[in-house]
Amino acid sequence: MRTPLLSSLLKRPLTEPAPPADDPDIVSLAAKLESTARSTLGRSLSIRQVDAGSCNACELEINAVSNAYYDLERFGLRFVASPRHADVLLVTGPVTKNMREALLRTYDATPAPKWVVAAGGCALDGGLFAGGYACVGGVSAVIRVDLHIPGCPPSPLDILKGLLALLRSANLRAE
Amino acid sequence: MPTLAKALAQGRKIEGHRPWPRIVADDALWRALAVRLAEGRCSLLGLWGDAGAVHMALLDEAEKWVAVVTNECPNGRYPSVARFHPPALRFERAARDLFGLVPVGLPDVRPWLDHGRWGVPHPLNPAAASPEAPVSTSYPFLAAEGESLHQIPVGPVHAGIIEPGHFRFTAAGETVVRLEERLGYTHKGVEALMAGKPIAEAAKLAGRVSGDSTVACAYAFARAVEAAFRCEPPPRAVWLRALMAELERLANHLGDIGGICNDASFALMQAHCAVLRERVLRAADNCFSHRLMMDCVVAGGVAVDLSPEGAKEIRALTDFVRQAFPKLVSLYDNTASLQDRMVGTGRLNASLARQYACGGYVGRASGRAFDVRKDLAYPPYDSLAFDSPTLAEGDVNARVWIRIREVEQSLALIGAIVDGAPAGPIRIEPAAIAGEGVALVEGFRGDILAWVRLDEAGRISRCHLRDPSWAQWPLLEAAIGGNIVADFPLCNKSFNCSYSGHDL
Repeated sequence: MRTPLLSSLLKRPLTEPAPPADDPDIVSLAAKLESTARSTLGRSLSIRQVDAGSCNACELEINAVSNAYYDLERFGLRFVASPRHADVLLVTGPVTKNMREALLRTYDATPAPKWVVAAGGCALDGGLFAGGYACVGGVSAVIRVDLHIPGCPPSPLDILKGLLALLRSANLRAE
Repeated sequence: MPTLAKALAQGRKIEGHRPWPRIVADDALWRALAVRLAEGRCSLLGLWGDAGAVHMALLDEAEKWVAVVTNECPNGRYPSVARFHPPALRFERAARDLFGLVPVGLPDVRPWLDHGRWGVPHPLNPAAASPEAPVSTSYPFLAAEGESLHQIPVGPVHAGIIEPGHFRFTAAGETVVRLEERLGYTHKGVEALMAGKPIAEAAKLAGRVSGDSTVACAYAFARAVEAAFRCEPPPRAVWLRALMAELERLANHLGDIGGICNDASFALMQAHCAVLRERVLRAADNCFSHRLMMDCVVAGGVAVDLSPEGAKEIRALTDFVRQAFPKLVSLYDNTASLQDRMVGTGRLNASLARQYACGGYVGRASGRAFDVRKDLAYPPYDSLAFDSPTLAEGDVNARVWIRIREVEQSLALIGAIVDGAPAGPIRIEPAAIAGEGVALVEGFRGDILAWVRLDEAGRISRCHLRDPSWAQWPLLEAAIGGNIVADFPLCNKSFNCSYSGHDL
């Protein structure tokens, strides 16, 4: 175990610089958010991920934002195991009818103030699964959504940019 | 012992089903086949409903031959296969939920995918007789009785970033006495959405049945459609599909090896494996414009060609992984605290793996060597040299080692494919004809079955995709028995079944 630990110490980190704040994507996201961010969360956000019926591609990419290249935690963002510890629900999937109640209950279990981020095309409006007998069709049909991160699935960089926008808009309100 | 083909000779053969035959069986023959399955003389690849009929795909492992058998369900009923052969149980429950077809003698009549929330009974077959009472939203779990037993309900929302499903543990102290799964939370009605769609639109849905297997699902779907259309994709496309499939296998196995170690609280492996996985996905993105290679395999070929720069990038990727991976393998193998968690945990015995025709790393870690790439080889695998590793131990450690060996095999295959891929076109436009096709493709998780029936316009009339998880989920319940509750995440990750692929 010592060898990989030591060699990691001697090498430069793989972590890539944060996406710049003047990135037009982020600016527009932050502008959208300012009206909805209701109070400050300091410099940190705890995120609870809820799969409301995705195909699991979004989960793969959400997991990837924790890898050494994106290193989500350096921004004070972290995934937590319970909605009771969360500020943000990160929801994926077209919201299947079989998951609707579980999503609502998870939302209710999250203390206010809370934000909802919907990730992926399905979470916006059901995507390819819209119109079927088994899906509600989009997260906003069940709970209020503050931010949508598009993509099928969104890349880790897209997810990171979206979450940073949320963090910055929360801080802007505090200043 | 007569072969499966001989046993099916008395059935009526349906024309236009390719490449293997479809046979209509009356109740007597159907029952005889169920007994044959129970005796272990053939394997069940899948069982699915249709408007007024039920089909099952059977594999004769000795003869390396597949057949689809149909029971035409007079009065919407057919003799239950699960009554003789338990692996058919969840298939029959699902087919009843979706099509209203009643398996006579079904030992477990609880609904499976239907949680009583769709608002319609058997949505894929509105013509079927309505049930007497609507499906209830409450679900009676199986009883476990005894002194000092307690229950632990987990899910559908889990603590990690994974898919939703419910696990009901009954434990005596720390030891699991019974695990019962309840799935269906991610049921999106994919098969209903596919009906009537043109091939291109249905292919997109096929690629989103299980995101981690998007290439393999699209690959199986495309091969089934091509079988029905009686067309062959160009040689370069055949090779590029295999390249994508091996990149997908490589990325998933690397992710899983790290993930399993992480569930034993050994985060160092996870950190290093995640770096390798990210490199694979970035190379895929640069070569095929999508990190997971979604929508890259299409009926008639592939959507994106591999450029010479792309080939160079993939060679650099395999060199990088080849250099980094052995160090991680020795880290895994030489960390005593990690081995203590892995070895002997979550043992799946070989007879269950065989009975359930369990494929992929779960089956191969428990002595079932079946690999579609070898046993029902499709091009280009029939002209490539590789091993399909098998172990007998059946524990978490064996499932990790199968993945390690498969990473090495996939690296070699990727090199051979990049070097050997012929030049030429990458796609043909298949001419639409009515027909039926079936295909089996080896995904990273195991064999994926695709079955399609196309109408005269070349649209989907019925499509069924059977994820390998169908055979693996029930075995997870068996493998966890007698283990401690705290080892469940480890066992679960070592199986890594798909929820979405199963729930469809």
